[in-house]
Amino acid sequence: MSLFDKFQPIIDIRAELDRVGIMPFGAVTEKFLSPTEAVVNGHEVILAGTNNYLGLTFDPECITAARTAIEEQGTGTTGSRMANGTFAEHVRLEQELAVFFNKQHAIVFSTGYAATMGMASTLAGPGDVIVLDADSHASLYDGVRLSGAEIIRFRHSDVGDLEKRLRRLGERIDNTLIIVEGIYSMLGDRSPLAEIAAVKRRYGGLLLVDEAHSLGMLGDHGRGVAEEQGVEDDVDFIVGTFSKSLGAIGGYCVSNHPQLEAVRFAVRSYIFTASPSPSVIASTRVALRLLQERPELRDRLWDNARQLYIGLQELGFQVSPQVSPVVAVTIEDRDQAIRWWNQLLQHGAYVNLVMPPASPGDHSLLRCSVSAAHTPGQIDRILEAFATLENPAAGDNA
Amino acid sequence: MPEYNELITRIYAVLQPFVKPEVSLTEDSELVTELGLTSLQVMTLIEHIEDDFDISVPLNILPDIRTLRDLANQLTKLT
Repeated sequence: MSLFDKFQPIIDIRAELDRVGIMPFGAVTEKFLSPTEAVVNGHEVILAGTNNYLGLTFDPECITAARTAIEEQGTGTTGSRMANGTFAEHVRLEQELAVFFNKQHAIVFSTGYAATMGMASTLAGPGDVIVLDADSHASLYDGVRLSGAEIIRFRHSDVGDLEKRLRRLGERIDNTLIIVEGIYSMLGDRSPLAEIAAVKRRYGGLLLVDEAHSLGMLGDHGRGVAEEQGVEDDVDFIVGTFSKSLGAIGGYCVSNHPQLEAVRFAVRSYIFTASPSPSVIASTRVALRLLQERPELRDRLWDNARQLYIGLQELGFQVSPQVSPVVAVTIEDRDQAIRWWNQLLQHGAYVNLVMPPASPGDHSLLRCSVSAAHTPGQIDRILEAFATLENPAAGDNA
Repeated sequence: MPEYNELITRIYAVLQPFVKPEVSLTEDSELVTELGLTSLQVMTLIEHIEDDFDISVPLNILPDIRTLRDLANQLTKLT
């Protein structure tokens, strides 16, 4: 027995991938050709797995703001928000997030992981209860484990199951945090948030929603699923990331609870890490403004999502349950998923390969995410790459 | 609160569909190493037990459950 024994399954999988000459995890992007095209592992590809939903990573205004911030404030803050790492721009971004979400309070974190993990680990503690959706992101699971609270999971997006579990809590509901996501990252399915909010109104508890994959996509103002389903007032905490729609890195939590300002002084992932770099804050502030000024980006994103979703359906693939900017193809055989991922790369499409335990259930996924920056022609090229795959469900589509 | 013996009998009934018919279940049967349940199957089994007993099993106690006896002992505290 050694400390390293537990890594043997990972070592075995890596060796197997090395043997067949495929390394889907940590594929190297060698050169960008545009926001949606790059050279990955030596192949010129359409990027169909980057979560760059609004396509803002190369927006000239964002780049100019980032460049100016570096020149004026340096490359990094070199410190925690609690010490020397609070710059005026961090405070401005928090104010702008609060205004955007129509909330009183906001906290900016250095990463989305730090935001979701940090809030999940801090809001509830020993003696409290956390009830979370079974398909919650790893950062939420990490957070709740750290919290010391009693952790109860309910079946994915099953409102009846959630209701049963809240009922069983009795008076403990007063010390309960409910955690769900807006759009779930793997299959792109949308949370039944209106129904969840109704259950919360009936039983009590506080509700935290991770809108990492829905910011900028849904709602009249792009605030996410809570806005789209008209239940923003029922959501106590919204957390999310700057690393998807906003094209940078970082995370946030917004709330109307004045106690959020006290929580700020208790979240370890906020306190014991350096604050976001000035260039990151600068480009994020611009991206947040552009998200509001350019609703046509959302329209293009959804047009592209529909085109890819319908196209994959027509090719006979088993796709996600709902049209979404995340479109996942489910594959039962892991080895086939690996082969298909590689074949897609060779035919000019980069997508994400997701295998258990990262995927829900025991199947693998070829997870695509579309961008407002994709052209219809690029979506066609992604579909052409999928059409090269041997898909038994598609009959003559070999 | 159900007696321990009643709990273990009900656990056998809920678990049976998850294992091969020829497997005979005992209190010492180990869910993962002996019965070969994957982590996903363990979670599904727990969901069935939660429905059957109308309880919620906290994730926190799962590391303490190795055998069916462990499971029954934990359930005595929850039911």
